[in-house]
Amino acid sequence: MDEDTTTRLRAKLAAAAERDGVLDVAYRTVDSPVGELLLAATEAGLVRVAFARQDHEAVLENLAEVVSPRVLRAPGRLEEATRQLGEYFDGQRRSFDLPLDFRLSRGFRLAVLTHLAEIGYGKTESYAEVATAAGSPRAVRAVGTACATNPLPLVVPCHRVVRSDGSFGGYAGGPEAKHRLLTMEAA
Amino acid sequence: MPPFDEIVTEYGAMVLRVCRAVLGGAAEAEDAWSETFLSALKAYPGLPADANVEAWLVTIAHRKAIDVRRAEARRAVVAGEPPDRPSTLGRPEDWDGDLWAALGALPDRQRTAVAYHYLGGLPYQEIAAITGGTADAARRAAADGVKKLRSTYPGSHRVRAVR
Repeated sequence: MDEDTTTRLRAKLAAAAERDGVLDVAYRTVDSPVGELLLAATEAGLVRVAFARQDHEAVLENLAEVVSPRVLRAPGRLEEATRQLGEYFDGQRRSFDLPLDFRLSRGFRLAVLTHLAEIGYGKTESYAEVATAAGSPRAVRAVGTACATNPLPLVVPCHRVVRSDGSFGGYAGGPEAKHRLLTMEAA
Repeated sequence: MPPFDEIVTEYGAMVLRVCRAVLGGAAEAEDAWSETFLSALKAYPGLPADANVEAWLVTIAHRKAIDVRRAEARRAVVAGEPPDRPSTLGRPEDWDGDLWAALGALPDRQRTAVAYHYLGGLPYQEIAAITGGTADAARRAAADGVKKLRSTYPGSHRVRAVR
């Protein structure tokens, strides 16, 4: 099967699946200044953003297991997310306006992610501050875990959480990516 | 259970070849391909973990090819096809027109048996389960079909190499 036929047939399949309500997880990949990103959305909204170093194949397998095995490459559903991320990396966008599906996060981790949305562009908070804001001042380590396992990095800005001593701390996208994002936002 | 996308990547080309062999026309084959994978996507979450995915897809493709053929038959032919012009660019994609034409000239039973065995890679037992009849009958139909292809298709040494 040549590439044109493959592209045409896959696009037709994705459209038919969307029409019939069986496209449970649509995904695509996009290039970005922090490497290739995988974007995935359910019918409810964006459900996963993953960096290349997180192994896209493993991420899709996990989505198939946890959400639904009805996973297809279907860029159409991710057009708006792709556009807004592009604007963000161009320095033209300071917050995202996208429907988000938080089904991959529960309990305290979800509380942490909900708070992260309130940290504005160009601002940072320490892990301890986030723990307090999320209602468990002593759960500093758990905040670290919540950030490290954030299923929606960039859009839910876990890169804005840094160590109390001012150093950057870890990041699912790698320390260089976190450094790059914070430098970009501070400019 | 792997993401459905992997199933499309792994078996997409096989299903298209089977649909082409059974239906002849490229446009009809593409319709059958879409219907096959849409139907498979719907049923996928319920597929047993130990299922033979290849046989499962060929079974669906078989039904969809029959549906497409019936729909074609119901559609009245009003005007003839526009005349084909000879291509100056060689064969499009991996489509060997002579082979597909030779396949299309086979009787239904032989053509489907050849398609499911040589293109779909199914054992005769599985083919019998899909098309009805016995494994022996499927083996004979495939053997007769290949024998006929050897006499009608000039590059018949390639028949086994299609997969």
